[in-house]
Amino acid sequence: MKSLIVSTSSPEETLALGRLLARWLRPGDTLSLTGDLGAGKTVLVKGIAAGLGIDPAAVTSPTFALIHEYTGDVPLYHFDAYRLRQPEEWENLGYEEYLRGSGISVVEWGDLVEPYLPAQHLEVQIERDTVHETGRSIEFKAFGQRFQQVVQELGKELQHAHFSYRYCCGNGQCGTD
Amino acid sequence: MEVKQGSSAANGPGALVLGIETSCDETAAAVVRDGKEILANVISSQVDLHRVYGGVVPEIASRKHIELIMPVIDLALKKAGVSAGELDAIAVTYGPGLVGALLVGLSAAKAMALALGCPLVGVNHIEGHIYANVLEYPEVEPPLVCLTVSGGHTDLLYIDEYGRYDILGRTRDDAAGEAFDKIARMLGLDYPGGPEIARAAVDGDPQAVEFPRGLLQADTYDFSFSGLKTAAINYIHNLRQRGEELPVADIAASLQEAIVDVLAAKTLAAAQDYGVKTVFLSGGVAANEALRARLRELAGIHGIKVYYPSKVLCTDNAAMIACAGYYRWLRGERSPWDLNAVPSLRLGDG
Repeated sequence: MKSLIVSTSSPEETLALGRLLARWLRPGDTLSLTGDLGAGKTVLVKGIAAGLGIDPAAVTSPTFALIHEYTGDVPLYHFDAYRLRQPEEWENLGYEEYLRGSGISVVEWGDLVEPYLPAQHLEVQIERDTVHETGRSIEFKAFGQRFQQVVQELGKELQHAHFSYRYCCGNGQCGTD
Repeated sequence: MEVKQGSSAANGPGALVLGIETSCDETAAAVVRDGKEILANVISSQVDLHRVYGGVVPEIASRKHIELIMPVIDLALKKAGVSAGELDAIAVTYGPGLVGALLVGLSAAKAMALALGCPLVGVNHIEGHIYANVLEYPEVEPPLVCLTVSGGHTDLLYIDEYGRYDILGRTRDDAAGEAFDKIARMLGLDYPGGPEIARAAVDGDPQAVEFPRGLLQADTYDFSFSGLKTAAINYIHNLRQRGEELPVADIAASLQEAIVDVLAAKTLAAAQDYGVKTVFLSGGVAANEALRARLRELAGIHGIKVYYPSKVLCTDNAAMIACAGYYRWLRGERSPWDLNAVPSLRLGDG
């Protein structure tokens, strides 16, 4: 499965991308966000929230609280695994009830708790641009058929929006990395 | 009847409230008399409970709360020299926080209250932080402005009477304490980062690096610390890429200066705009000496008095919950038996 890589030039554009993505999400979906500190994971979640009818200003980093819940058109469960010392600690958060629940779950630092994520999920990897300080490269990788469809739809949507994007083989062999 | 001395001075008149707090990492219980006299204040991370619990205590877990809650409550009662039957009310945090963690404290509180025939009073955790000041300065009266600042919160409040809260501003992204913690980790300092940054900053130059002051000039009481976090990370990255040694003390001092600048300026602006002469500082970051000193200095110029709790009452504890619960109890408030944990409880919701 090819992955989709979108370039954004500012936090505002990253937020707009989140808003577009939200259109294709539905209750029960899980997203895993990865990227260094300051990459813009929370900014992307603000965009997704905005797309779900939640005030993006109300969306703040859940690092300390571990989980923030927001009520929009559908509930948004915003997780953060940064502070966990061991992935096993995740088990004690009652995450399963959320992931099987009626809302959309977004997990910041999802790579730290990968064994606990559902087999079907969307991985979103955010990397800083090496040249422009506010530039970001955001890669969408689908795990499972449901999210292949989401990535396809998002790609189609981008044709009509002002984002630069490309597809990649997803395993580092297509030469676009 | 023999009256015990020291910390076991529970005999005599006065209302005894047991406070229970399990909203996040800490399992805590405290006994407070008349909302102002701490008879016991037990915080799981600060005492050796391994002996009671008989094993290694995991860091973050509802299970940890389940294992610790009764030993912590028993220890608080024992230290206070109070028997459960003497309690006048049981106050417990019911939000905001992790649902699984909150439920442990709430269930223990309900079970005890029901068995003892004693009133149950639910308390908002953020309200508890405000009451850490009331606990130590019961003579201070509103109106006042309160800055609650910790790893998870950065809230600026106007309080015209206790129990009524007007949220003036809050963080739009990262909490101030979170910015301290994350940059501390980048600098290779220990967790929690706040005290480590403060320690490292002592030998640093606060003007060495010009970090951004988020929303300082903006016409809002809201805060933003993610721009500062990203700027600090970029700065550290660039030095590392060039193979230069990190000036840890200078970065720590400059970071602390940027955070203190914004917190102090906005708090003072709110106090002046609302015409109050009293400012409360609370939450874990209220333990920061630079913030305390700056607020005192700025406020002093304008004839405003600044209050902050002693350090043990800045971080999560149950004495502040007992105090907040005492005042609710005095006002005749009682929580129903079906009181539920509310993970995203906001101030003013209950």
